[in-house]
Amino acid sequence: MAALDLFRSQRDLFVNLTLRELRGKYKRSVLGWAWSLLNPLATMVIFSVVFRYFLKIDVPVGDPSGLHVFAFYLLCALLPWNLLANGMTGGMGALLGNANLIKKVFFPRSLLVGANTASLSVSLLIELGVLAAALLVAGNMVLPWLPAVLAVVAVQALFVLGVALLLAVTAVYFRDLEHLVGIVLQLWFYATPIIYPASFAIDALRDKPLLRWLYEANPMTRFASIYRDLLYHLRGPELVDVAAVVGWTVVVLGIGAFTFHRLEPRLAEEL
Amino acid sequence: MTTQPAVEVEDVSKRFRLYHDRNQSLKAAAMRGRRARYEEFWALKQVSFEVAEGSTFGLIGENGSGKSTLLKCMAQILRPDAGAVRTRGKVSALLELGAGFHPELSGRDNVFLNGAILGLSRKEVQERFDDIVGFAGLERFIDTPVKNYSSGMYVRLGFSVAINVEPDVLLVDEVLAVGDEQFQRRCAEKFTELRADGRTIVVVSHSMGSMQSMCDQVAWLDHGELKAVGPAHDMVDAYLGSVQMGGVPVGDTARWGSGEARIERVELIGADGAPIDGSIRTGDPVTFRLCYKADQPIERPTFGFALHTLDGVHVTGPRTADQGLFPDVILGEGTVELVVDRLLLLPGTYDLSCALHDSAGLHPYDARNRALRFNVVPGAPHEGMGGITSLGGEWHVDVLDAERRP
Ligand SMILES: Nc1ncnc2c1ncn2[C@@H]1O[C@H](COP(=O)(O)OP(=O)(O)OP(=O)(O)O)[C@@H](O)[C@H]1O
Ligand SMILES: [Mg+2]
Repeated sequence: MAALDLFRSQRDLFVNLTLRELRGKYKRSVLGWAWSLLNPLATMVIFSVVFRYFLKIDVPVGDPSGLHVFAFYLLCALLPWNLLANGMTGGMGALLGNANLIKKVFFPRSLLVGANTASLSVSLLIELGVLAAALLVAGNMVLPWLPAVLAVVAVQALFVLGVALLLAVTAVYFRDLEHLVGIVLQLWFYATPIIYPASFAIDALRDKPLLRWLYEANPMTRFASIYRDLLYHLRGPELVDVAAVVGWTVVVLGIGAFTFHRLEPRLAEEL
Repeated sequence: MTTQPAVEVEDVSKRFRLYHDRNQSLKAAAMRGRRARYEEFWALKQVSFEVAEGSTFGLIGENGSGKSTLLKCMAQILRPDAGAVRTRGKVSALLELGAGFHPELSGRDNVFLNGAILGLSRKEVQERFDDIVGFAGLERFIDTPVKNYSSGMYVRLGFSVAINVEPDVLLVDEVLAVGDEQFQRRCAEKFTELRADGRTIVVVSHSMGSMQSMCDQVAWLDHGELKAVGPAHDMVDAYLGSVQMGGVPVGDTARWGSGEARIERVELIGADGAPIDGSIRTGDPVTFRLCYKADQPIERPTFGFALHTLDGVHVTGPRTADQGLFPDVILGEGTVELVVDRLLLLPGTYDLSCALHDSAGLHPYDARNRALRFNVVPGAPHEGMGGITSLGGEWHVDVLDAERRP
């Protein structure tokens, strides 16, 4: 009974913290929730102009969907990427930004990181919802694939949670971590097929097996490919991709949770 | 039947790291090839005691003696490096009111958020919502973002949420010193209520008077070690008796004035005519003596003392001018005394300030803020309810016989 009470109150705390993040983020502005959509929209316009028209990057035709729109191809990978990027940045601030709370009240600190990832995942779901609507208008019948997309978002959220947990506690001990992460995120962005199709990189790395292996091991490459299969091409994802992301998620979440658990007791005094 | 203790502190030790360069960074670590260097510091050393269920328990000790650290160990915010703290029932800590409020959110949203942080489920907050808002007296403002609250309103809402958690064990650290008079009274009432309900309260405070009147038992910490634990009265007396008596010059005193005349020394003189180095007891005679030195002749100066409690409450501020005393001129060394036949201050710690002004009291020649700190220990009259000063009154109770009653 006591255990159930504890679970209930912690679940409610998690929901409350998530709502705090979401409300805090959107209440500050007149446009409110619209910002959530405007931001990726602006990125999309910029990237479309630069990469589609200036650099003339061509994207594959949807197979079997027949869709051939750079903006859609881009967004299918860009939106999930934003979850990772924001999840990492937000994760580093999740503990540091709540130092006062951590020093004054006892509650499971991992909920702060979890709430951050959860609120960003909710944002992603909303953005993907709008993207799905746009795809429908463009003639892509995405509806049957949406349940699968939900499942992928869930897996990706866990993956991001693992990374965020690791970064959150590390940031307490190394306050300049954000600079390093900023650089890593830039590298990672270009090492992931977001603004270009994966085939470009794989062709270019044909006679560099190590680099190519690394490229394909990148979990975000796999996530991007799964999202595109489901939303752009309208086909089932490749099994290797699914296996890869699930494997990565298990490993990363394991490392993140373990590290967090080890360092959690000392947080109140180190902050 | 023996009741189980609500809190068991068993051999608790807590070590902190004092970093040499607080700036812990990857850059620094990479350049040094290892993590930041630190020294170890034991904030608590093998502290053991038990808090009986339903009692009010106090922690006293000097600044930095580890009271807050111990409270945080009880609240599980800090984990002891050795030993263990066992608590029975729901624990809630009032270490800071309104920690975790989000400025952009309304009072209503924050009540739910803060309630959740303190361990309440949504349903429980819902049930208590009206009580919480009512106690804080913020019905009209509950849908306003808390960033627009005054700091008093903020604290009231925070306290209201925390107190409505209805914990079995409540940990309180000095928070009651904030807020206005009315709020403090409400807090005191709420505590009385909680105690009547049989809840356990552990409280940290520097206000010895309220410790004596509130607590059943008190533990005295000294540099992280448990010096003694026992009935509140004895402990507070022992503590006040140990803190060096007769007044200690306070370290960080503020001093200002133009300096033509200077206050050289301030002393408390006992009945035997010698400077006090024992304890001043309530009801004893005492003389406040001020020694000055004037390098230039100063006409019609005013001498004054002021007394403050540690909380900063101004107790009194007698001046020579108040009695129409204006020495024509002072030059060279001399002393001024304020003779008190019967000190009516109640037990506690007080700060004595003194000043030398011109006749109008506008121009300071020398003013020393909190020049001396001294302790008052129980004497006569003895008042169990604490406070700052006795009225020195005498009770006369007229009891009517049953027959003579109309
Ligand atoms: N996070 C920390 N890191 C390093 N040292 C700390 C930390 N927290 C407390 N200390 C040290 O531990 C000692 C005990 O501190 P604590 O806050 O428990 O004192 P206290 O008895 O509550 O004092 P006060 O009466 O001033 O509130 C102090 O010397 C303090 O500097
Ligand atoms: Mg303290």
